[in-house]
Amino acid sequence: MPLAVVTAWVLARYRFPGRPVLNALVHLPLVLPPVVTGWLLLIIFGIRGPIGSLLNEWFGIRLVFTTAGAAVACAVMTFPVMVRAVRLALETADPGLEQAARTLGAGRLDRLFNVTLPLASPGILVGGIVAYATCLGEFGAVITFAANIPGQTQTLPLAIYAALQVPGGEAKAAELSLVSLTLALIGLLLSEWIGKRLNIMLGR
Amino acid sequence: MSLSVLLRHRFPTVRMDIAFEVPTPGVTVLFGPSGSGKSTIISAASGLLRPDECCIVVDGKVLADTASGIWLPPERRRMGLVFQDARLFPHMSVATNLRFGLRRAAPGPVQFNEVVELLGIGALLARRPHTLSGGERQRVAIGRALLAQPHLLLMDEPLASLDSARKSEIMPYLTRLKTALNLPIVYVTHALDEVAQLADSMVLIEAGRVIGSGPLPEIAARTDMPLAQRDDAGALLLCRVAEHDARRELSRLEGGGATLWVPLLDAPVGSERRLRIPAREVILAGKPPDAISLHNIVPGRVRRMTADAARRSVLVEIALPSGALISRVTPDAIVRLDLAADRPVLALIKSTSIEVLGS
Repeated sequence: MPLAVVTAWVLARYRFPGRPVLNALVHLPLVLPPVVTGWLLLIIFGIRGPIGSLLNEWFGIRLVFTTAGAAVACAVMTFPVMVRAVRLALETADPGLEQAARTLGAGRLDRLFNVTLPLASPGILVGGIVAYATCLGEFGAVITFAANIPGQTQTLPLAIYAALQVPGGEAKAAELSLVSLTLALIGLLLSEWIGKRLNIMLGR
Repeated sequence: MSLSVLLRHRFPTVRMDIAFEVPTPGVTVLFGPSGSGKSTIISAASGLLRPDECCIVVDGKVLADTASGIWLPPERRRMGLVFQDARLFPHMSVATNLRFGLRRAAPGPVQFNEVVELLGIGALLARRPHTLSGGERQRVAIGRALLAQPHLLLMDEPLASLDSARKSEIMPYLTRLKTALNLPIVYVTHALDEVAQLADSMVLIEAGRVIGSGPLPEIAARTDMPLAQRDDAGALLLCRVAEHDARRELSRLEGGGATLWVPLLDAPVGSERRLRIPAREVILAGKPPDAISLHNIVPGRVRRMTADAARRSVLVEIALPSGALISRVTPDAIVRLDLAADRPVLALIKSTSIEVLGS
């Protein structure tokens, strides 16, 4: 999430030569088939991949086929959702308030942490919750990158899919679908509620 | 002590070329139609806009000078800026807003309690900005700017978004501020009542250029300048209350080298008042009339006459020993009185038509 905030800030505030490329890179998981994203992750973070081998050698961290790997896959997949939400929030924050903060002696980071981010907080939190809910439904990238190991890398949809493959597994699938539905609904309601509360706090 | 501003900037549609120097401390009003470049001066002075050329010196301190490469960013320049729309931080209480600049500035002469008391915002400290009225919001914004210990207070039409009731609510605080703090203030407005009550010096701006600057009483009476050409034009005299005559229910004021009687004032003898004398209320005479209800017959000398063809009248500027009056008369009156530059003349002013403003 902090990474998404930084990326969104950079994209919202700065114009630099590599900006379109960064923008495209961030949004890539949104348009790419999830399986392709998973496979790309496998290549990059795999034990023989450029980053994966370094992680394994230096820290003994293995991402492929582990819970951490599933988390990384989810994070990459929901990153664009998050960045978009934060960027929108940052862009709607009143630049006049930042100007006021400047004339009162606040430097760049001071302004970001004490004015811009608090003002954008509803958007950031709502983006985070929606991203979390989306995460729970991750399928393609996770199954490719972290496989489908029950209790370790099995996400809800993966479990539902697995249950449906077994004869007589419909009941279990229905049960899990209900869980999924509940979680999604709670996520959406929560984001709505928090957004409203924060906006009231900000006097909007 | 003085404030000097030089600014040159080329916009796509207009070229700005501004230079003026005014004494400090005191309130300098930048006056002109919208789009004339007043706000650009404020933006450049605060550092939010970087013009092609700019030099700002306050009491010998160089705050910006592009010629010698001095250009501090706004966060390090210590210019107090009050925006038209207050711009309080909505996620902070009034007290936190007030302390925002204070916490980031080196210790200075402006004290928290003093400012809160001066602006009458003690009861608002725990409130959130969105629960405040427009006038309260603007008072908090002024306090916030003051507490950042600025070298100079810049106010960009601070009352323009308020209705006249809110305006008159906040005006006394501004006049208090003026006298309580020894701080130069640059004030942008196009409202004449704010000028009359607050300004010490005036800078008239039109289409990116200074068309006149100087002490308010002088500029207000210059018939060749736009201020005196308005329908509601009037001269300003800085006066001192000299005497109260309770029996006749009159007060005597001295200022500009003239003596003026007005209906009894509720002000201590020796206190200062501004008198505004509307041009259309001043009658001119060649010799003193007798048997007349009038109290004020002020001798002066014609300094300048400017024809106002649109209103079929002539504006006459009358020099007093240290000040000036203006009178709007018909061209026919000029002929009948045989008025010309440097001729002596008497200005007849009804005591009830004199507007007494605050100090």
